[in-house]
Amino acid sequence: MSATIARALWSHWRRSPLQLFTLLAGLILATALWSGVQAVNAEARASYDAAAATLGEGQFDQIIPRQGDDITQASYIALRRAGWQVAPVIEGRWNGFRLIGLDPLTAPATLSSVQPEEGFDFADYLRDGPLSVSADTAEKLRDLTERPLRIVADLALDTVVADIGVAQTLLRAEGKLTRLIVAPTQPMGLPTLAVVAPELRLEPAQADADVGRLTDSFHLNLTAFGLLSFAVGIFIVHGAIGLAFEQRRAMIRTLRAMGVPLAVLVILMATELLVFALIGGGIGVLCGYAIAALLLPDVAATLEGLYGAQVAGTLQFRASWWMSGLAICIGGTALASSGALWRLSRVSVIETGRAQTWRTLSGKASVIQAVVALALLAITVVLAGVGQGLIAGFALLGCLLLGAALALPLLLSVVLAGFRSFSKQALPQWFWADTRQQLPGLSLALMALLLAMAANVGVSTMVSSFRLTFVGFLDQRLFSELYVRADDADQSAALQRFLTPRSRAVLPIVEERRQIAGLPSELYGAKIGPSYSDNWDFLAAAETPWQDAARGQAVLVNEQLARRAGLWVGDQITLSDQLSLPIAGVFGDYGNPIGQVVISQSLFNTLVPDAVPLNFGVRSDDARALRQALIDDFGLRDSQIVDQDTIKALSLSIFERTFTVTGALNILTLAVAGFAILMSLLTLAAMRVPQLAPVWALGLTRRKLGQLELIRALVLAALTALFALPLGLALAWVLLAIVNVEAFGWRLPMYLFPADYLKLGLFATVAAILAASWPALKLSRLPPADLLKVFSNER
Amino acid sequence: MNVRLLLIALLWPGLVLAQGFAGLGTDAEGFSVPERGKVFDFPSDHGPHPDFRIEWWYITANMTGPDGTPYGLQWTLFRSAMAPEEREGWSSPQLWLGHAALTTPEHHFTAERFARGGVGQAGVTTAPFEAWIDEWRMVGPNFDTVTLEASGPDFAYDVQLTAQGPLVFHGDAGYSVKSAEGQASYYYSQPFYALSGTIMTDQGEVPVTGQAWLDREWSSQPLSDDQSGWDWFSLSFDNGDKLMGFLLRQTDGSFYSSATWIAPDGVSTAYEDGVFAAEPLAWTEIGPREVPTRWRVRLAEKGVDVTVEAINPNAWMPLSVPYWEGPVTISGSHAGRGYLEMTGYD
Amino acid sequence: MLKLTDVTKSYAGADGPIEVLRGVSFEVNTGDTLALTGESGSGKSTLLHLIGGLDQAEGGQISFDGRDITHLGDAERAALRRSEIGVIFQQFNLIPSLDVGANIAFQARLARRYDAQAARALATKLGLEGQLSKYPEQLSGGQQQRVAIARTLAARPKLVLADEPTGNLDEDTAAQVLAEMLALVAATGAALITVTHSPQVAAQMGQTLRLSHGQLA
Repeated sequence: MSATIARALWSHWRRSPLQLFTLLAGLILATALWSGVQAVNAEARASYDAAAATLGEGQFDQIIPRQGDDITQASYIALRRAGWQVAPVIEGRWNGFRLIGLDPLTAPATLSSVQPEEGFDFADYLRDGPLSVSADTAEKLRDLTERPLRIVADLALDTVVADIGVAQTLLRAEGKLTRLIVAPTQPMGLPTLAVVAPELRLEPAQADADVGRLTDSFHLNLTAFGLLSFAVGIFIVHGAIGLAFEQRRAMIRTLRAMGVPLAVLVILMATELLVFALIGGGIGVLCGYAIAALLLPDVAATLEGLYGAQVAGTLQFRASWWMSGLAICIGGTALASSGALWRLSRVSVIETGRAQTWRTLSGKASVIQAVVALALLAITVVLAGVGQGLIAGFALLGCLLLGAALALPLLLSVVLAGFRSFSKQALPQWFWADTRQQLPGLSLALMALLLAMAANVGVSTMVSSFRLTFVGFLDQRLFSELYVRADDADQSAALQRFLTPRSRAVLPIVEERRQIAGLPSELYGAKIGPSYSDNWDFLAAAETPWQDAARGQAVLVNEQLARRAGLWVGDQITLSDQLSLPIAGVFGDYGNPIGQVVISQSLFNTLVPDAVPLNFGVRSDDARALRQALIDDFGLRDSQIVDQDTIKALSLSIFERTFTVTGALNILTLAVAGFAILMSLLTLAAMRVPQLAPVWALGLTRRKLGQLELIRALVLAALTALFALPLGLALAWVLLAIVNVEAFGWRLPMYLFPADYLKLGLFATVAAILAASWPALKLSRLPPADLLKVFSNER
Repeated sequence: MNVRLLLIALLWPGLVLAQGFAGLGTDAEGFSVPERGKVFDFPSDHGPHPDFRIEWWYITANMTGPDGTPYGLQWTLFRSAMAPEEREGWSSPQLWLGHAALTTPEHHFTAERFARGGVGQAGVTTAPFEAWIDEWRMVGPNFDTVTLEASGPDFAYDVQLTAQGPLVFHGDAGYSVKSAEGQASYYYSQPFYALSGTIMTDQGEVPVTGQAWLDREWSSQPLSDDQSGWDWFSLSFDNGDKLMGFLLRQTDGSFYSSATWIAPDGVSTAYEDGVFAAEPLAWTEIGPREVPTRWRVRLAEKGVDVTVEAINPNAWMPLSVPYWEGPVTISGSHAGRGYLEMTGYD
Repeated sequence: MLKLTDVTKSYAGADGPIEVLRGVSFEVNTGDTLALTGESGSGKSTLLHLIGGLDQAEGGQISFDGRDITHLGDAERAALRRSEIGVIFQQFNLIPSLDVGANIAFQARLARRYDAQAARALATKLGLEGQLSKYPEQLSGGQQQRVAIARTLAARPKLVLADEPTGNLDEDTAAQVLAEMLALVAATGAALITVTHSPQVAAQMGQTLRLSHGQLA
């Protein structure tokens, strides 16, 4: 029996391939957008991680020489033979690359660059001495070496990882090491470092990498974008399912009259949707990664890992990606079809079976819709006011978007009614009235457009605000051209003597961790001067913050401390038992997990008398030469110098790639919304004929009717885009000012980008016009006989 | 995939696929293979044989604390060669692996070390004798008098071993056949070490005394590929007799067995396949697996019919390649103590 | 075969329940043809729905083949329609996405009584032999109703219920379709109950029951 019924149900799709296509396309696009964003997110995260901590520099304690550049291999062996679980590292510049030598047997297993692939042969490894590099680096390196290259996807650019012995040979540093990585667990009864190797010192693992916190926020927002894109797709699916179910009402009534149990029907139709979801979701996941692969060349390398079957470990990983893509697709389909299935279960057998107009917008239904929309928007306002926590933030987002989407047809209806009442002539009056009459059929597609446009405005704002903030932050905090770290007090003094005549300014940075206002914070002593006052911006400040701070009469605090302690400019903050000072400025400190207080160096010296500055910012007009001089003439290790350009360039290049992708995804979501409009118009086309025939009969040419159809699409899209703008800005505001604060404790400033919005609005309208042009063209070429048929009773 | 897993896959005999039996003293890759009739040369044979693929210095000890509590320790140094030669520096093809364990009736502590040859992190010298990896070492003026040390995050031991009897050669004068197809190794033991020293856990130091058993074995093709694991017993009876016996489990469910009976004066008798018998009596669930921790062991020709029971049934070695190794007590026709090692149950 | 005893039914209305059927009793035997007539709102369609198990009676008893079907669950009522009782409505009887041949075969397949030859013979008798691969929307109203009749009879029900089966057809076509339906029903030996307001149709039936205000007049 089920097979017979399933065939009958399926015959509907065979007879309406366009509807089937819409449904599947909606599912595919929704899943593709979601999984594409996920892939981009994962790739971006991998890049950040690779850049931020290439080889676990932050994760592990390290042992470095007290003086000079090298650790002898003998010291390393002595440490091992004393029980110290340390792994040797040699590092240096080789042909312009950063070459790192590791011993895979002793290196911590969590360092990804030492993980061998399947089929790895240790004998080959020892004999051939391969170099591990990223795919990009491999391209550059191919002609420079005879050694085999192993592609390791998550290595940073221009970084080469080799066996420790190979690296020593390449760097001509046999028997020398740069540093030792200290394993997290050590055996019992370990002798102290001073006893075994007094020439070495232990450097503790760095706490949270600053960039990490910032990028977490970025990824959270990108994930929100992925969900929004998915929502757009699901709207289309909802429309397609709703239409298909309405059109099958007659069939369902007939089937039930013939004795098909309701439960069987519901199960079969749910199964049918599940199959569609699996097919659409599967293709969508593939398309998503294809999109990501096209957009980000480097994702391709990751993709090999995702799709390739070589590595046992990643097979499971891959399965989880598929699962999450399919699961969200099935979940989305269930959400989109729950209403339709519910209505189906309530179809009465004794109804006339006449297909009802799809979603009427009159009377009771529109009142309910208005009430629900208003209720959702009211909840939004309440949540914005009193909501606490991340869940509330996301609930707020959901209510805002759904409320706005539901309100859209009503708003449009009111606006169109207004236009109509202002029109004096017959044709415009008819045009506005007719446009208003089309709203029910188009409302789902328009809602999709609204959400797509709003998501794009929101995400563009978020991403661009993020970028401005980040770049500003880098400029502000990294104004020195070089950052230099001394090993000890002697070197510090020598370094200052060396640097002073060779640079514009040497800015010692002294810091101490202490509880301030009851919060773990860093106290910074800065040599306040033009370098600071020219570069730092404040979120809020007194009139002369730098002068006040330089005189030791005020402090500057970061946003985290200010917000958590509930203090702001002008409030007193207690630095020690004897000293309280007013806050002269609050600065943004994106990514820093803890509080920070900046005071003048002299004040710092009185508070912490025996502090020796080990870190210096160095202002220089020729940073490259100075860096070289520090290494060649002064004898500083490469790893003691950080150069501002490198950090900025790295961070920005990663951002740029992510922006390319979000830009492309913007266009894609709008294309999806345009597609929804096209499908709705095509569906409406047949119903339109009886409505248009009288107008045609009264003397309007078909060509004119076609033009009016285009104008109608333009007007509706433009109005929708107009409504989408405030919605998108509200969305961005929620992401930046609520979700981010809840998730990370600081607020991202929101900037506006009118040119971007204008461009997006244009894209949206163009998408709508493109979508409308085919139905309009069809209309203008409709045979008069078809129009005439409307007037004959023969049907 | 961890590099250490790969290494241990190379090292661990049960996982090495036999390369085929060339029988001409070398295999296809130039490694030497054991031959019947070798004349051992000491002390140099106490040291490494880089031209053989694998080799180990394997010590297990039964110990007793002042209150009579039984303890066990394991100290193992494995050598694995990627090529049949030794080279100085990081390019050495010799890789080293250390396993250490300390077993109390309640706890089982383990640790594992890896090292490259050629740089001094691990190795073996013969005069004076020293075998080491990191701070773990077996060191003494000669092979008969050594200090044994090892430590992990939660245990350490430092004991003196003094040989009270001669070396014992297994199989045919040290040529020990490991399968019906003829895979073999060189295999001798020093089962007569008397032990005294200190063990340490987070509960503090405990002075211990006892006896230790050293196995030396090297080969290039230890097991055939239809062998899934082994159960190895070293039993010291209270009357001074000792028994080493092992079962090599075949994938088809059958066994290959071998045993050596050691009289108190060191005179040994080798038994061919089928004479030594061992069958599990009770199993212990350890994580997702079951391991036999009580056995019936028989050697009819010597009237041995004993029950061998683990002192701590949870003596699992959760290392790169997991296995079970721990001290046992013996009851039945004979009483005594010993060690049990079981591989291939994970 | 079919026996109604004191059947009542009411619907919720704006001013309290509206009693549609107030104690209707009658009996139909195998081979009987019965017309149910009455004013609009007299309850004749409701009565038909109750017999077909499309709706449930509130009081009284309906028994079919000696079995009380008054209080059957949805699944059991569906099973009854599938194999014992065929229903023909005034219009929209067909599955729009299936062609005529598939529509005719459909209910017989559900009832597991499909016989390709018999179905073809039925189609031929109804003049549908040239239309089998067409879709319902391509047929005239008379042809559509003929397909509905063929579909119902192909499943060989014991009882055929028809609700204004020719109500949407012009006079000549209606007469033709009705005649064909009566002949075919008579040939299968099934009983037929037709709801109609047309005296011409009622005149063709063996028996006429007139409903007025929910009661047999």
